[in-house]
Amino acid sequence: MSVTNIGKQFGGLVALKDVTADFQEGQITAIIGPNGAGKSTFFNILSGALAPSSGTLRFRGTDMAGVPQHDYVHRGISRSYQITNIFPNLSVLENVRVAAQAFRSRMNIWADRSADSDSQDRASAMLASVGLSARAAAPAKFLAHGQQRALEIAIALVADPALLLLDEPTAGMGPEETREMVALIEKLAAQRTILLVEHKMKMILGLSDRVLVLHHGQLLADGTPKEIQANSEVRRVYLGQNDGYA
Amino acid sequence: MSFIRNAELVPAPARRSLATLFSNVSRWRVPLSILALCIMPWVLPSQALAVNVLIYGLVAVGYNLLFGYTGLLSFGHAAFFGAGAYATGIAIGAFGVHWFIAMLIGVLVSGLLATVMGMLAIRTRGIYFSMVTLALAQLVYYAALQASSWTGGENGLRGFTVSTLHLPGFSVNFLDPLVKYYAIMIVVAAALWFVSRVLNSPFGAVIEAIRENETRARACGYDVERTKLLSFILSGILCGLAGTLSAMHLSIVPLDSLHYHTSGLIVMMTLLGGAGSFFGPFIGALAFLSMEDIFSLWTSNWQLIVGVIFILFVLYLPKGIWGTLISWGKSR
Ligand SMILES: Nc1ncnc2c1ncn2[C@@H]1O[C@H](COP(=O)(O)OP(=O)(O)O)[C@@H](O)[C@H]1O
Ligand SMILES: [Mg+2]
Repeated sequence: MSVTNIGKQFGGLVALKDVTADFQEGQITAIIGPNGAGKSTFFNILSGALAPSSGTLRFRGTDMAGVPQHDYVHRGISRSYQITNIFPNLSVLENVRVAAQAFRSRMNIWADRSADSDSQDRASAMLASVGLSARAAAPAKFLAHGQQRALEIAIALVADPALLLLDEPTAGMGPEETREMVALIEKLAAQRTILLVEHKMKMILGLSDRVLVLHHGQLLADGTPKEIQANSEVRRVYLGQNDGYA
Repeated sequence: MSFIRNAELVPAPARRSLATLFSNVSRWRVPLSILALCIMPWVLPSQALAVNVLIYGLVAVGYNLLFGYTGLLSFGHAAFFGAGAYATGIAIGAFGVHWFIAMLIGVLVSGLLATVMGMLAIRTRGIYFSMVTLALAQLVYYAALQASSWTGGENGLRGFTVSTLHLPGFSVNFLDPLVKYYAIMIVVAAALWFVSRVLNSPFGAVIEAIRENETRARACGYDVERTKLLSFILSGILCGLAGTLSAMHLSIVPLDSLHYHTSGLIVMMTLLGGAGSFFGPFIGALAFLSMEDIFSLWTSNWQLIVGVIFILFVLYLPKGIWGTLISWGKSR
């Protein structure tokens, strides 16, 4: 995935300005920055939910301009949301199964959905790997917060994406759950490219190969975790005031 | 990973019998509804009422595909019901077409109308969607009112009667009320079976996902607009089919069948029985029409009584008759 001079305006508000970056396959890249820096907007553009006001987006050599949002996941880009975004009244299993089904039989009105055993199996395996098997039959809205976050990730992951975008995957999680999430992300990273928005500095520095710093919609720094820690400008605008997260 | 610390892993003990009953009802929903339909003319006060329940039950079930399962509140479904009825009536009355071809024409016309209305309405959301469907349906109403040489205008469409259904090898006396009931029932049962298959299909899973969370459904790789449009068309076709049955049953198409009152009636029946469940809308139609039948004997203000009962349901039992029964069954 490579982005060139990406900009985004909401009316008069400049949410992103001239962001250029290349993402190598197989790397974990963390995107940090204060609230309102444009991180979620960046993800919305990378996942096709928003069209950029300017700039180009290329994935595996193709220009993504004009590609409808629902095609992104079929091309290998999948995301999770900062605010849990699940199917509340469907069962936990069905949440993941319907996501898996998108790659099998999209519009079939005549088959029996339970005959699609491949989606069924993939969904069950996915639930097992995020520890939700015991809750498979429960309506998703009855899950505890941490479990809903796990389901959120499971829905994104069952697509088996080449590029996975995780928007604050550990938001609202305790230390124990955060550790489990980090372990999961490390496991996933072996097979795919991961972009990650996070606030928990210790986690980012330990997990990522590369860190991008956004500030007021602009790319302030881009480097290894060590370089970012040493960057005085980054320390000034971000790390310093966020000691609480570290 | 185990985010399941707070999970209640206690398996529910044997007090599950009611829940089992309900899941069995759901599994056998097609044979059970056919059984219920077969005995309906014998338990309801009149066969005329039973036929009405069939027709409006089908309308409500078709409507519910869009409202209860896809989450789109249309206030314009009278257009499809009426279009199906008018097209069938005109095909028979003006062109002398065989009844079966006339039914196909009715279904086709309502399907085409649903395609056009759907394409215009689907891009809007929430209350705007409801208003656009309402406005488009009113357009159809006024078109039918103006084109009185074809539609009979205010007097409704008359002058076509189906007295015998000619089928290859035999014919059915459509004037015998009981025979008529069972003839219509066969069509309605086939339509219910069709809806049941659609709901069980991968497509059925997608429309539910769209109802639950449109944004996520799109991110999961589904073309939300196309799916909504298909659901809109299927729903319109089912209401159109009910319209063709209504025309053949009554031998007249009242202009009112296109009026927004009819659209409102469809919404009310669906809510009364319970949207989002397979049986709910049919039971809503049954309850609504039975109340009309009973209360209108006592008082000409029966709509007031039905209205109050409807409001009580919306306020205190928002899941409707069938939805509430299902919840009881599950919580026991
Ligand atoms: N859909 C939108 N419409 C208008 N403004 C938006 C929209 N999304 C984000 N913004 C604004 O863009 C800026 C960046 O937001 P966001 O990308 O959510 O930041 P972050 O995720 O880094 O906290 C904020 O000022 C926010 O209010
Ligand atoms: Mg954000």
